Amino acid sequence: MSAFAQTQTGETFVLNLGPQHPATHGVLRVKLVMDGEYIVEADPVLGYAHRMHEKMGENRSWHQFLPNTGRMDYLHALAYNQAYVSLVERAAGIEVPERAEYIRVITSELNRISSHLVWFGAFVLDLGGFSPLLYAFDDREVILDLLESVTGSRLTYCYFRFGGVYNDIDKNFVPGTRAFIARMRERMPMYHALVSKNIILMKRLQDVGPVSADMCRKYGATGPVARGSGIDFDVRKHEPYSVYPEFDFDIPVYYECDSMARYMVRMDEIEQSLRIIEQALNKLPEGPVMAPKVPKNIKPPKGDYYHAVEAARGSLGMRAVSDGSATPYRLKLRTPSFSNLMLFGEACRGMLLPDALAFMGSLDLVIPEIDR
Amino acid sequence: MAQGGGWLIMKREEIRRALKAVSPVSMVDTEHPKKGFHLDVTVTPGRLVQTVGVLDQEGFFIETITGVDWLGEKATLRKDAAATKDTGEATAPEVGPKAQDDDVLEVVYDFNRFDALCRVVLRVRTPRHKPEVPSITGVYQGALWHEREAHDFFGINFAGHPGLTPLLLPEDADFHPLLKDFNK
Repeated sequence: MSAFAQTQTGETFVLNLGPQHPATHGVLRVKLVMDGEYIVEADPVLGYAHRMHEKMGENRSWHQFLPNTGRMDYLHALAYNQAYVSLVERAAGIEVPERAEYIRVITSELNRISSHLVWFGAFVLDLGGFSPLLYAFDDREVILDLLESVTGSRLTYCYFRFGGVYNDIDKNFVPGTRAFIARMRERMPMYHALVSKNIILMKRLQDVGPVSADMCRKYGATGPVARGSGIDFDVRKHEPYSVYPEFDFDIPVYYECDSMARYMVRMDEIEQSLRIIEQALNKLPEGPVMAPKVPKNIKPPKGDYYHAVEAARGSLGMRAVSDGSATPYRLKLRTPSFSNLMLFGEACRGMLLPDALAFMGSLDLVIPEIDR
Repeated sequence: MAQGGGWLIMKREEIRRALKAVSPVSMVDTEHPKKGFHLDVTVTPGRLVQTVGVLDQEGFFIETITGVDWLGEKATLRKDAAATKDTGEATAPEVGPKAQDDDVLEVVYDFNRFDALCRVVLRVRTPRHKPEVPSITGVYQGALWHEREAHDFFGINFAGHPGLTPLLLPEDADFHPLLKDFNK
């Protein structure tokens, strides 16, 4: 802020960032009012990838909305699967077999790691480091192969069903996942040596992009953004769902409130997800993966229901209003990046443009999830 | 880390008392495992900003704002009432020419806490033909985009909002796709 105040000349110009700028990772446009290299005002312009999923939800049966859930946050699609099936299971009172819940947790956490790896690669790429992206995608490839073998798709998953999952894991999945855990644990020190302790990266991220805890509260920012600002909030612990209470894991929290803190939160989360997956594999119970007698035509009782899960970007909530018919009366999607991006305008005031881009990268935005 | 046990019960009681003080239209305790929230509060538009102010002071963060279109709700209620009244003859329910005019749009605000699990749902009802509620952007800046989105989708006018321009819809959009009579 001080640098901005000292150099303010009163002469400003408007700079248009996006909607096809590589740093915005999707079609996000930001209208910037600049004073030289400093940002006076930033106004994100949304809607380029708006598909109106909420209206689509009102036009199809509860089952038919499932594929839509894989097409909002394409990096952590299984969390969206999870939020939606949990919501409908809560509304319709469907019990899920334990094995299915374990498989949900394992695949969802694998997906979280793959999401963080894409963020890691793309973020460091934004900052000018090209090769970490190749390492990250190399690791992500293993996850995609594993998930493809059980879900049938590599990106827009539609794997969870009301009352369970679409099919059981195959015999290669457990050894494959164990091998991946071992591999990833070896790679993490390399990532830290190669990237986290890199002096250029540290200078680009430390003390850049301050987001206070109060700002998170006022804007509703959650996930790694809030946890990088000292807020110990993770839906998996805070409002436990599925079988998460069965596992021993930590919520990484950093108090620096800068881009580096958000970076470290995500890197630590990869290790915590590995811990969860390992415990889930050890405890994986035998049994069916689908509840018996889930009706073909689900008609939840009248009323409204809310369910939140922890997606890679923060608290993802879905609210459904049912009128007792086979179609949702109203389906609201509360997506985490929407709230996380909202604070960008206020937080980047007075920032240098390259710093603002680093800051934006640290928010880990997925635009189709914001626009829905 | 979410606080639990006795502290949480005391806190919820405190929140209930604080909300009671702004005299809501209704306040219902809901079962979290079944519904996904703890407290369901309905207030009048006039009391909205004050109520949100209470939640802000109590340390809540804003999850989201959205709307629900209750088109046809009143007609159904009248029909049900008529059906229960006239048990003998099947007379047509009385649906006046202004039947749709008294339908409402509901604006739903979701609040949650970082330190303890307590989800509060706040509802405001506003006439469908002229939907207007006060903006809460003065309390939570986070309402800025949520209110713009609700304006996009439902045409709800948030009085006092600094710029209710389309957020997700095209900049010249003059339609509100989540209204139940959209495209009819």
